[in-house]
Parts: sequence; C-alpha cells; structure tokens
Amino acid sequence: MADIIKCATRDAYGKALVELGDKGENIIVLDADLAAATKTGMFKKAHPERFIDVGIAESNLMGVAAGLAATGHTVFASSFAMFAAGRAFEQIRNSIGYPHLNVKIGATHAGISVGEDGASHQCCEDIALMRTIPGMVILNPADDIEARLCVMAAVKHDGPVYMRFGRLAVPRVFDENYKFEIGKGNILQEGTDVTIIATGLMVNEALIAAESLKADGISARVVNMATIKPIDRELIIDSAKKTGVIVTAEEHNIIGGLGSAVAEVTAETVPVPVLRVGVNDVFGKSGPAVELLHIYGLDAENIAAKAKEAVKLKK
Amino acid sequence: MDNSKKKELAVFATKARIGIIEGVHSAKAGHPGGSLSICEVLSYLYNEEMRVDPKNPKWQSRDRFVLSKGHGAPALYATLALKGFFPVEDLKTLRKSDSYLQGHPNMNKIPGVDMSTGSLGQGISAAVGMAIGAKLDNADFRVYTILGDGEIEEGEVWEAAMLAGNRQLDNLVAIVDYNGLQIDGTIEEVNSAYPIADKFKAFNWNVIEIDGHNYDEIEAAFNNAKQTKGKPTCIVMKTVKGKGVSYMENAVGWHGKAPNDEEYEIAMGELNAALKELEA
Repeated sequence: MADIIKCATRDAYGKALVELGDKGENIIVLDADLAAATKTGMFKKAHPERFIDVGIAESNLMGVAAGLAATGHTVFASSFAMFAAGRAFEQIRNSIGYPHLNVKIGATHAGISVGEDGASHQCCEDIALMRTIPGMVILNPADDIEARLCVMAAVKHDGPVYMRFGRLAVPRVFDENYKFEIGKGNILQEGTDVTIIATGLMVNEALIAAESLKADGISARVVNMATIKPIDRELIIDSAKKTGVIVTAEEHNIIGGLGSAVAEVTAETVPVPVLRVGVNDVFGKSGPAVELLHIYGLDAENIAAKAKEAVKLKK
Repeated sequence: MDNSKKKELAVFATKARIGIIEGVHSAKAGHPGGSLSICEVLSYLYNEEMRVDPKNPKWQSRDRFVLSKGHGAPALYATLALKGFFPVEDLKTLRKSDSYLQGHPNMNKIPGVDMSTGSLGQGISAAVGMAIGAKLDNADFRVYTILGDGEIEEGEVWEAAMLAGNRQLDNLVAIVDYNGLQIDGTIEEVNSAYPIADKFKAFNWNVIEIDGHNYDEIEAAFNNAKQTKGKPTCIVMKTVKGKGVSYMENAVGWHGKAPNDEEYEIAMGELNAALKELEA
C-alpha cells in the first residue's frame, strides 16, 4: 500500500502564493501578525516588496485590502478564520463585499481541528457568516492539491473570495490531474442508495465511510463540494433524484454551512431527507485535533452511521 | 489666496449647500448638519487641490477621495455634481429607490466616488490601503479622506492611523471635521475623543489645526501637507455643524433630520441670499 501523503491546506496556500508571485502576478499579500501560522510568511520571504503586515488589527486589515483593491491590485488578506470572518465580518461585508472588490481572504485555522488553542480560536461559524454576503465566493478545499487550485481560481475570479484552510495536515484526496472549477462539485465515487456531500477535511472521511458502508450493502455516492457558494445546485438536485437521501459532512456548525446550503436547494426542488454531520451547535474545547474530530463526531464512523439512518428513512 | 479665488470657492460652497438642502429635503431624510460643515474643504479639494477629471472619473492617476464619514454624502454629491461628474438636477433624486444617489457613497453607482463608505471607521482604512497602493506602484497620486470627530471614537480609526504613521504615508491626508457634535449629544457628553491633535501626533502624524471655513488656513494646511515628507498629515478642522443655515448651526438635532417644507424655504432663502451677496 502506497504511503498516504499528508499536508495542511494552509501550507498549500502559502506555496500557491509564492507560485503566483514567482509567475509575476500582480498580487499583494497582507497579514495581521500571523504570517508564520497562516503561511503567508512563505510569500513574505520570497516577495517581501509585495507583502504587508498590518499588525494585530483585523478590521484595518480588511479595510486596507479594500483600498488596495480599489486602486487596481489583487489582494490576498490573511488571518485565522475566527478573526477574518468573525472579528472583521462587517469590514468584509461593507468595505469588500458591497463594493465587490478584488480581495481574496485566506482564512486559516478554520474549524475544530485548530486543536489545543480551544474554543476561542475554533471558528465553526465562518461559512455561515460569509454565505450571507451577496457576491461572495466561498471555497473550502479538501486537500493540498485542491487548495492550490482554489488559490489559482480565486486570483482569476473577479470579485471577493473567501478561502477556508486548515491547520491540520490532512490526507491527500486528489492527484495531480484533478481539475477544479469554482461552483462545481465533483463525484468522487458513484453510488445509488445515499449521497454523502462533504467539504474540507470531511471529504476523506466521507470516502472512508462509503467504503465501510459497502460491507452493510449500502452503495454511497460521494460528492466533494469545495465551493460552498455559489453552490452546485445541479449536482445536488441530481444526487437527490438518484439516491433519494443525502448526508452532508462539514467541519462547521450544522447551522448555516454546507448542510444548510444543500437543504435549501433540496427543500425547494427535490425535497428528500438531508441529514447533517457537523459541529452540533456547541463550542469546541482544547485537545489534540484528531481526538477532537472524533469527540465532535467529525469522522467516517459518524458519517456512516448517519448514512444508515438516512437509508432507513427511505423505507 | 486672492479675494477673487476666495469668492469663487465660496460661491461653489454655497451652491453645494443649496444642493445639500435640495437633496435632503426631497429625500425627506439624510444628514444635513455634517454635510453643511464640510463644504469649504470640499470646495477647496475639488477646485484647487485634487487632480481629477469629471470626464474620466476612473482615471488611474487621479487623486483619491474617501468620505470616511459617509453620512456626509449630500455634500460630496453636490460637490461632484457642481464639478460636472453628473447633473446637478439629479441631487433631488437623493435616496430615492430609482436613483443612483444612495444614502451613503457607492463607488460602483456614482461617478467620482472612489470608495463605498457609510459604516464609520472603515473609510480611513481604505484610504490607507490606497496610499500604500500608490507607494507600491510608485504612483504620484495623493489620497484624501474626511472623518467625523464622532467617528474617531471607532477603534478601527486608530488601527488605520497607527499603520499610516508607521508606514510614513506622506501621500495621505486625513481631515477631521471637528464640529463638536454627534447624534446623542456633544462629543464631550457622549465619549470625548479630545484632544484630537495630540492623539494623531502620538501616532506619528503631521498635525495642523485650522478653521475649516477659512480658505487661507485651508490652503496653507494642504500646502504644508504636500511639503511634509515621511509622515501622513491630519488636518483638524474646526467647523460649525449645520453651517450656513441659521437654525441648523451647532444644533445636535440636525445631524440626521430633513427640513420640512417651511424649514426648507427658510434654508433656501438664507442660502440664496448668501449666494446673491457673494455674486454681487
């Protein structure tokens, strides 16, 4: 068995920024005193003249990014998800979203998998917050390959993009031939009894769950939904029609994230049961990341259990 | 400044005040007080100071203006209309559902507006970003922003001020409209941000205190700013909120209220008389 390659999506983000800088793309990268952790530090080292550290001031970070974008620059602004989407929500809404400026928010350390820092830093609300901003694109890659492609797609996209990256090294799901397109989910595995729609680090868990469901005679379609907004309605509708039930899986509060986005589509088109795997509207706590993911049910076992529950609803 | 120039700027400012009253009265809503206080500085900026082209509002080399106190939109719109960015008649469509003249500045809908603002404290951050952008590109455009003295109670203002001072943004001028009043009362009563000048000095800014209705002082301040290297400039501009309309002057109640028909007639009477006197 081949070794599983593990890499944090934040590392892929940092490398992708350097790649863009090396290619001579006209980008400016901003950070708020977390460059070592968000990995924008890689860009700072490679292209110091295009990097600005605004200090511990996330509201100003977003406003400065907006001003730079208003003068024609493509700007990447980074902090932890908690302080980007959370603290600076209104700056993102009013100074970036409302004027539809070319700011790409690289939000790292999203979700429970921040680990030991605990609940104050574990942002499970960012997707919900960003989804409510008109014109905002939300990307939540599953692995390092997809994370790089998200950055490449974001730089080509005209308008604001929120990119969600993780701290934890996660198994690689895709190979080098993988093609990513904003607004398109992709079927990783076909199945007929249930569709598991997953995003971020839950995609790998969904694949493991689908494998284990085979032993129970359940055939699961697995969909990777890296773009949370605009959501791939066609693929959701197709999945609802073909498998009759859906399970969603995300490292985010079950309120307002991928599960909500999927349920909104099905409720208005093909109203099938949608069961959500996510953080059950509670705050996290300190602990090793992998342990926490199990504690909060963000794993293959819980996805498989939900899938079985979903299949029963069909009978 | 010679008297004919002063007269020209004063006529422009008075016409802007008429535009403000027309707009706010027509909308039956808006912020006349803090719009009337900034007419002289806008008249100077758009007629003497800034490099702008009304025929080419998105000209890349233009100087940028950010109305950080976005509720002063009626003053900015009147100024832009008088400069020819859009028709003066349109000022009466302010805040209407079929108008492009939004309650607060919108950079995508309104020619001449360089940044969408309205949520206090955010405009100065964008202005700092623009000034950094000019430096990165070795572009020689300058960036101007007007803040309210109430607005500087927002923490983000000081985040932006700290970065501007540390990055020595000498292509940036922040003007504080020091009229002494905010919605809930006087600045002292609510949550005093005084002394304003000392605060900006502490953040490594070149600070100039002037009478915001005096053209000689306005001109000297902007010239000083242009000659100052290595520091952004803050012009703390003492003004009269509601300036030019007798019953609105220094009155807390006229922050965000439109005049009724009778009050409108009085205001227009006063402003037209002032204009007539200037043009005599």
